[in-house]
Amino acid sequence: MAQLENLYREIILEHFKHPRNKGLLDVSGARSYRYKNPSCGDDVTIQTKVEAGHVVLCRHEGTGCSICCASASVLTETMLGLPVAKAEKTAKAYVAMVRNEPFDEDVDLGEAEVFQGVRLFPARTKCASIAWLAFLETIKEDE
Amino acid sequence: MKNPWRADFPQLKPGRTYLDSAAMSLKPQSVIDAVTGYYRDLSVNIHRSLYEESLTATNLYEAARREVATLINADSDEIVFTRGATDALNLVASAYGKFLGPGDEIITSELEHHSSYLPWRQVAEATGASLRFIPLTETGRITLEGFISVLTAKTKVVALTHVSNVMGYLTPIQPIIDLARSQGAITVIDCAQSIYSEALDVRMLGVDFLAFSGHKMLGPTGIGVLFGRRQLLNQLDPVAFGGDMNDFVTKTEVVWKDAPYRFEAGTMPVASAIGLGEAVRYLKRVGLEAIDRHIKQLYRFTYAQLKKLEGLSIYNPDTDKGIITFNLTGVPSHDAVSYYAEQGVMLRSGHHCAQLVSGFLGIDSSLRASFHLYSDYEDADRFLQVTREAIAFFRKLGF
Repeated sequence: MAQLENLYREIILEHFKHPRNKGLLDVSGARSYRYKNPSCGDDVTIQTKVEAGHVVLCRHEGTGCSICCASASVLTETMLGLPVAKAEKTAKAYVAMVRNEPFDEDVDLGEAEVFQGVRLFPARTKCASIAWLAFLETIKEDE
Repeated sequence: MKNPWRADFPQLKPGRTYLDSAAMSLKPQSVIDAVTGYYRDLSVNIHRSLYEESLTATNLYEAARREVATLINADSDEIVFTRGATDALNLVASAYGKFLGPGDEIITSELEHHSSYLPWRQVAEATGASLRFIPLTETGRITLEGFISVLTAKTKVVALTHVSNVMGYLTPIQPIIDLARSQGAITVIDCAQSIYSEALDVRMLGVDFLAFSGHKMLGPTGIGVLFGRRQLLNQLDPVAFGGDMNDFVTKTEVVWKDAPYRFEAGTMPVASAIGLGEAVRYLKRVGLEAIDRHIKQLYRFTYAQLKKLEGLSIYNPDTDKGIITFNLTGVPSHDAVSYYAEQGVMLRSGHHCAQLVSGFLGIDSSLRASFHLYSDYEDADRFLQVTREAIAFFRKLGF
């Protein structure tokens, strides 16, 4: 049982039980993106507002497994206050990390580092990444 | 008690507990041999050529059709081979849906698999017909009373599951079909979950269309069956066009073959069809009643212990077909299923391609354990043991 136990690190459980920045706000200028994984029931929406090149609001809403919910909560804390360019770099590094792909190890992932345990559970990669992928959609340049 | 059929299934390995048969059954050696035998010895096309190998392949393919026909007391020309139940149900909706229009009604239910519900939803959108849902009982069952409450003179199609893939409830199809017929509505029954443990007689039922998949009845993937009454099938236009489905093609005229061939365009999955024929032979040897009895015994043994455990909810305690749908209290199903997977217990989690049922139950997702004829008491014991451990594991983590 050692392996699965490693996945459920204290920080992850803490964010699952007490999610930060949960619930979308009715504010102007914010962008939302919903991401679903129908095969397992994960369903997460990320709401972001960028002002003067910085993430000034980052919230999440949805349902899913502990890894999905906790990673959404950690995402919002990681991103708040970051310059958009750095936020994008951070999110991309995180997604590569949980997918067990090469990633920029100089990027400071902070608490999100805890999700590296997901690499040992390929079936849970999607759970750990959908909130972050949704976040990347919310900061995409308008086409 | 030793399971007499277990040795026929080479996929079963020590330390692995397969409880996902409602999604996909394992395959006996005889089916594997039939499939590989076709590829090894023949590997040629059917219906087209006059050399010996082609005739042998054609004979095997048509013998499979006859095996399937006798399983449900149909005639061979009423058996259309398809890619699976999904394909079969889509075929009926595409071909018959054209006869519907505004004001017509299609009766369905919240128990449907997406493959039974979505094709008719598309028909309703395209034609202006409307969908009527049978009100379910408190526990989620389709009843004759519920059906009567939505049946009207406007009902043109009744599309229902025979056994729910989430709840394991058996729909009372005989009286429903009788009433639907008296109103002039056609009936389309999804038998994917019932075909291997419930004797079906299409003549006695008076059903118009019936669909099932090979891969849930010990057969290969990529093959399924649409049964249709001969007269109805020949009234329908084909939905896919190509080789082998026409009698006559010129620049000005085309004549379709009679059913079933008008619906079997192009080269069919010949090996899978032959494998399905072998699966049906296997099912007939064992007997559907014996399979049903075996699954029910295992289910009752498991349920009696499972219900005593604290820390889980079972959503279908009155199931008819040995499907257990449940959640560990406070544990998202995807977390739980990872634990089972690590312990070698293979369950399904999610909404099981039947999201309307999750909606009815008011849950996001669930775990499902399902038995088949090769399941045994060791599987049940292992499942119960891992369930106890899982409850303790997630409780310790504070879920």
